[in-house]
Amino acid sequence: MTHEWLYIGIFLTLAMVIPAVALVIAGVLSPKKPNPIKNSTYECGMETVGSSWIQFDVQYYIYGLIFLIFDVETVLLFPWAVAYNRLTLFGVLEAVFFVLILAGGLWYVWRKGAIEWA
Amino acid sequence: MTFIADPIPFMVNLLSQVMTGWGWSATLIQVVLFILGAGILVIGAMVFTTILIWAERKIGARFQDRLGPNRVGPWGIFQTIADMLKIFTKEYITPAGADKVPYNLAPVLAVAAVLCVWAVLPFSSTVFGSNIGIGLLFIIAVGGLGEVAIIMAGFGSNNKYALLGAFRAVAQLLSYEVPMVIVLLIPVMLSGSMGMNDIVLAQKIPFIVLAPVACAIFFITSIAENGRAPFDLVEADSELVAGYNIEYSGLKFGFFFVADFLHAFTSALVFATVFLGGWQGPGATTVPILGFVYLLLKTILVYFLMLTLRFSLPRFRIDQMLNLTWKILTPLALFTFMITAIVNKVLPPGGNLFRIGGLLVANVVLWLVTNWALARFIKRRPRPVVSGPRPVAIGVKRSVPKDEAAQ
Repeated sequence: MTHEWLYIGIFLTLAMVIPAVALVIAGVLSPKKPNPIKNSTYECGMETVGSSWIQFDVQYYIYGLIFLIFDVETVLLFPWAVAYNRLTLFGVLEAVFFVLILAGGLWYVWRKGAIEWA
Repeated sequence: MTFIADPIPFMVNLLSQVMTGWGWSATLIQVVLFILGAGILVIGAMVFTTILIWAERKIGARFQDRLGPNRVGPWGIFQTIADMLKIFTKEYITPAGADKVPYNLAPVLAVAAVLCVWAVLPFSSTVFGSNIGIGLLFIIAVGGLGEVAIIMAGFGSNNKYALLGAFRAVAQLLSYEVPMVIVLLIPVMLSGSMGMNDIVLAQKIPFIVLAPVACAIFFITSIAENGRAPFDLVEADSELVAGYNIEYSGLKFGFFFVADFLHAFTSALVFATVFLGGWQGPGATTVPILGFVYLLLKTILVYFLMLTLRFSLPRFRIDQMLNLTWKILTPLALFTFMITAIVNKVLPPGGNLFRIGGLLVANVVLWLVTNWALARFIKRRPRPVVSGPRPVAIGVKRSVPKDEAAQ
């Protein structure tokens, strides 16, 4: 089992290192002639007005919150799904009720208008 | 004969024998082989992307009645290589005020996130990267890293458009991850394992037959996860200039480009592995090289379907897109999950044909109910018409101005 994870570790490292090395090589090869206009923020030739750290719609945050709930739920369900073949009908129904409660939550959020794009 | 039927394990055996001859320890040989295999896979995937980009440009051009690349080499095959050589020598333009660490890390992370999926995919009955027990969960988790890369790119660029692209990425990619993850529970349930090898081996009958609705949901969400048309709001050219990668140039932009194409192909690969039976096919266990061919054919089929959608549908509006995932796909995924779980348990085990029939009927009923619900509950408001229909130019009698008539 350990050597499977060793392979993943090696793969992750190489997948990060090879593109990084390519970026560095290209950085050495490429010309470097910066000037203030070239380095200014690109907005199709317009002068930038104000900070680029703009305020954002609270709706994005709400989507993030709802996503978090569903993601935690699926993390709980994955071990259940692995054990599915060994479960009795009761065990399956238990998970179904668990999902139904979540569906109820989705319905509540829907009724509250939280998943409505304003 | 062994070499032709199963080249990669043959080579591995040969190499390890040579290294044993040099007197290396078994652990060292294992590590060296891992480094070689991972390196070849990583570089191979990135080189393969050049073919992918050429193919996509050519096919897309034919969809839109153009010729596509046709100058460099026969049928323009070397176009991507020429592009790559050019992009390799381009200057990095770093915008003033950019947050250096996330700005430079984002392109590397974008490629790495996609490449890591390849670490757990089985390519044939004998060739697979790593047979970890949680392969599918690993794919989902690593897929999430790509979203982090997009957010880092948007955040670090010091540009309003890039930041808007990152916001949209949060809304879109997070939202579509919900139905995707729920739907991926179904193959895990049917095969009783999260390991990719076990999922492939469990598909004597491909899961597309047992769970067609789940399959369709996964297909739609994986296109949305790629952020390509019709879900390309993250980098909508006509709204956000280029979205999160607007301030990138040179090879840094090139890596985002590579990541985009590779991500599309990788999701086709995951789709083929999880729902179409992966390398399974007639004779694939005795002649493992056939497994590669089957997997590639299935993947190309799925990829072509994605291309067809990409080049024929217009972009969704953001509210339509979010409604699709939260109001249609997520409830549907939840109900598909529940119904598949119950039906598969209630049906007597063993009777294979009976089980397939039962699951198919359940899926068809689910699909019909969804169709009915959509027709019943979605109100199609007539759009306000600003002006009357435009006059048609041909056949309209035009009164000739007097001074023109006089001439």
